[in-house]
Amino acid sequence: MEIKQTAIDGTLESSDIQITVSQGTAGVQIELTSDVAERFGTQIKATIAQIANDFQLENVKIKAVDQGALDCVIKARTITAIQRALQTSAEPAWEVL
Amino acid sequence: MVFKQDRLRRTMMFVPGNNAGMLKDAGIYGADSIMFDLEDAVSLAEKDSARTLVYEALKTVDYGDTELVVRVNGLDTEFVKADVLAMVKAGIDVIRIPKTENAAMIKEMESLVAEAEQRFGRPVGSTHIMAAIESAEGVLNVPAIAKASERMIGVALSAEDYTTDLQTHRYPDGKELEFARNMIIHAARAAHISAFDTVYTDVDNTQGLIDETEYIHQLGYDGKSVINPRQIPVINSVFEPTEAQVKNAQNVIAAIERAHQAGSGVISMNGQMVDRPVVLRAERVMKLAQASGIVDKEGHYIGK
Amino acid sequence: MENKLGRTLPADVMEQLQLTPFQTTEIGNPEVQRTAPQVRLSTGNDKVTNDLKKIIQENVHDGMTISFHHHFRNGDFVFNQVMKIIMELGIKNLTLAPSSLTGVMNDVAIEAIKQGTVTAITTSGMRGSLGDAVSHGLLAKPVIFRSHGGRARAIENGEIKIDVAFLGVPNADRCGNANGSYGDEAFGSLGYALMDANYANKVVLLTDNLVDYPNTPASIKQTQVDYVVEVDQVGDPDKIGSGATRFTKDPKNLKIANLVSDVITNSSYFKDGFSFQTGSGGAALAVTRYLRAAMEASNIHASFGLGGITNPMVELLEAGLIDKLMDVQDFDKVAAQSMKNNLNQQEIDASWYADPDNKAAMVDQLDVSILSALEIDTDFNVNVLTGADGIIRGAVGGHQDAATAKLTIICTPLVRGRIPSVVKSANTVVTPGSSVDVLVTERGIAVNPQRPDLLAQLQNVPGLQIYSIDELAELAQQIVGTEAPLEFTDRTVALVEYRDGSIIDAIKQRKD
Repeated sequence: MEIKQTAIDGTLESSDIQITVSQGTAGVQIELTSDVAERFGTQIKATIAQIANDFQLENVKIKAVDQGALDCVIKARTITAIQRALQTSAEPAWEVL
Repeated sequence: MVFKQDRLRRTMMFVPGNNAGMLKDAGIYGADSIMFDLEDAVSLAEKDSARTLVYEALKTVDYGDTELVVRVNGLDTEFVKADVLAMVKAGIDVIRIPKTENAAMIKEMESLVAEAEQRFGRPVGSTHIMAAIESAEGVLNVPAIAKASERMIGVALSAEDYTTDLQTHRYPDGKELEFARNMIIHAARAAHISAFDTVYTDVDNTQGLIDETEYIHQLGYDGKSVINPRQIPVINSVFEPTEAQVKNAQNVIAAIERAHQAGSGVISMNGQMVDRPVVLRAERVMKLAQASGIVDKEGHYIGK
Repeated sequence: MENKLGRTLPADVMEQLQLTPFQTTEIGNPEVQRTAPQVRLSTGNDKVTNDLKKIIQENVHDGMTISFHHHFRNGDFVFNQVMKIIMELGIKNLTLAPSSLTGVMNDVAIEAIKQGTVTAITTSGMRGSLGDAVSHGLLAKPVIFRSHGGRARAIENGEIKIDVAFLGVPNADRCGNANGSYGDEAFGSLGYALMDANYANKVVLLTDNLVDYPNTPASIKQTQVDYVVEVDQVGDPDKIGSGATRFTKDPKNLKIANLVSDVITNSSYFKDGFSFQTGSGGAALAVTRYLRAAMEASNIHASFGLGGITNPMVELLEAGLIDKLMDVQDFDKVAAQSMKNNLNQQEIDASWYADPDNKAAMVDQLDVSILSALEIDTDFNVNVLTGADGIIRGAVGGHQDAATAKLTIICTPLVRGRIPSVVKSANTVVTPGSSVDVLVTERGIAVNPQRPDLLAQLQNVPGLQIYSIDELAELAQQIVGTEAPLEFTDRTVALVEYRDGSIIDAIKQRKD
């Protein structure tokens, strides 16, 4: 799937994560900022990468600014941001949910 | 499976659908029901975001045996279909219809829900519906609304929109809501479903909340909607039975037991016949007593 | 080397510093020897000066130990003024022994370490950039963290030998009689500073408010003071403490507070004349609200409240629900004001408050203490010093001391953000699990298995969900997922003393 526009979801509030999805050129690139990166960075990136994979994105840049979000929040924010970037937000991505 | 009137519904806590922090902790405050809001609490630009977030929370977070409700967007919006599909897929207990005006809207929601259940392989009929009454039209039609579907579990008054529609506003004494409150409780009872009162918005006014809760408790309501977890113990304490009520209920239940053991269909207590409404009331008192923590697991009164 | 709690301690450092590993919370009745300070004789007519530099030059020399108190908290102007001059003068190899270090001191402290001015630190805590720098190996020698009671003990027995104490006060007369109650920067109890005043070889008061002689009430006395230095300002009144400590409105903290109150009121300790201490933050503070309602309903009053005092405690005193407040520090202006005006609010020093090597400290008489935690492990050991990233960001404070109460309750959210608070193994252990009785989280409570009596008292309380602490740790992990372990180097950046002086844990340098 091709990224059509840069899109964002989530907030910078505690327990949330802000995900920015934009076009990439070198596979799935994830840039993570998080206070808990040392303990959970690998897990957070894996969760995001899994969603990108579920959407079959080949080249995408995903910037994640984490405020201690749980996995379910990371998933939801990534899904919404990617759908917005793909311009498919009107219909939930059943294949991913 | 949720049973219509058997369930305690003293408190229904509103949780904004797009607030990650609140979704995570919504289960810890002891609300009987949690209502995730995709409608008024979520801006138009964030409808997709909130829907996905609530979906993922429902799939992941352990809310225990709390009844889970989602207020979807209005039937006249472009969002409602996706809302219902996603929430049914996530296994929500109850879909709450905002701004319900007539029984036809219930029917419309019923078919959306049935379609979603079929599509995602959920047992048909497992998703319940409740209606929020927010207008004069809705109040006048509430008897039909309450009986419009087998899936209906309750009707709720939503006073902010309703008072606007009446061209008044909310007063401390609540007289402007008298008619609506009476219509709704009667419609609910006639349909054997639950009646929820509106939110009390002044979070810092505990006495005001107690007064209003005592009033709707007197009318017969199941409970109230709450906007802050701090309101939950206050409302619960109003619904807490007295020691005398508990003792009486225990006597009734003991009488049933005796009749059962004697193989008699006639239940009597102190020489008087105990009829069905008394039995039902006793059972509800014991359920409230359990939930209030004033009886132990065996049903013995232990007080506060 | 491992101590009784299974914490790994650096054998080489332990041997070099002649330290003993933690064994037990029991103190027993040994006889100990206290030290006494050197005294420079004076008739009192040569004490006042405005030349701080001269005083420092004449009294502070390479290799000495200097001290400060932290009663001005983040409004402190004294530490930075003094340390800047010390650095200017090129004095080296000092040991810094303040009662604690607050954020406002961080920049200057870091600079002083970098310049070699400060080469050793003992403190109750540190936060922010200083904690970060120390955790990454800024200081060659390990920091020694001590509880308030432990510091009092170490000062009394000479483990901390203070050469010069620089003590800021909001008022003093020309001979050095001073208190914490009057003046623009009044903060109430001088509890921690009284140790320094009593045991330092030289005591230098700094004040911006020289008052008529003789100044009363005199918490610090002229018999203890060498110099009274007039400075422009000793602190920022707005940053010393809030006007009145407010209860949290955070529903999760309120839920925890309510559960803590349920634990207390259903325990055998909740009877007329009981005593208690609460922490100053979040849930611990809000407990007072629920406790008050329960005390009124049951017609029970407390004999004393102990420790750091806040507005809510003062309200209980004024309502007649507590007889006495025993006050080692005041967290807000209401509390400070109340100590000045209410004879039933008694200023106490850190030794009286919490020193284990004593002919009885107040904590020994304490029934209930309500304390917080950054982490608690499945043996009930508590960490209040290092964060989930292994970085120093807290203080021992009175935690170990107050935990000797008959009923010690640790209250904490099960999870903060994505950081679990209840864990299999804590990064650092400050307070041993054997002195902790109940853990309260928003999801439920756990009772220390060594207290079957408490479990019996609490297990039938409606609304009180009782889990094993392992179950709570499990639940936390289910919520947050599995953490990657932190990586540390072999170098020890800090040692944590138990209140008796034995070493309860070591903090290692973070690997970058």
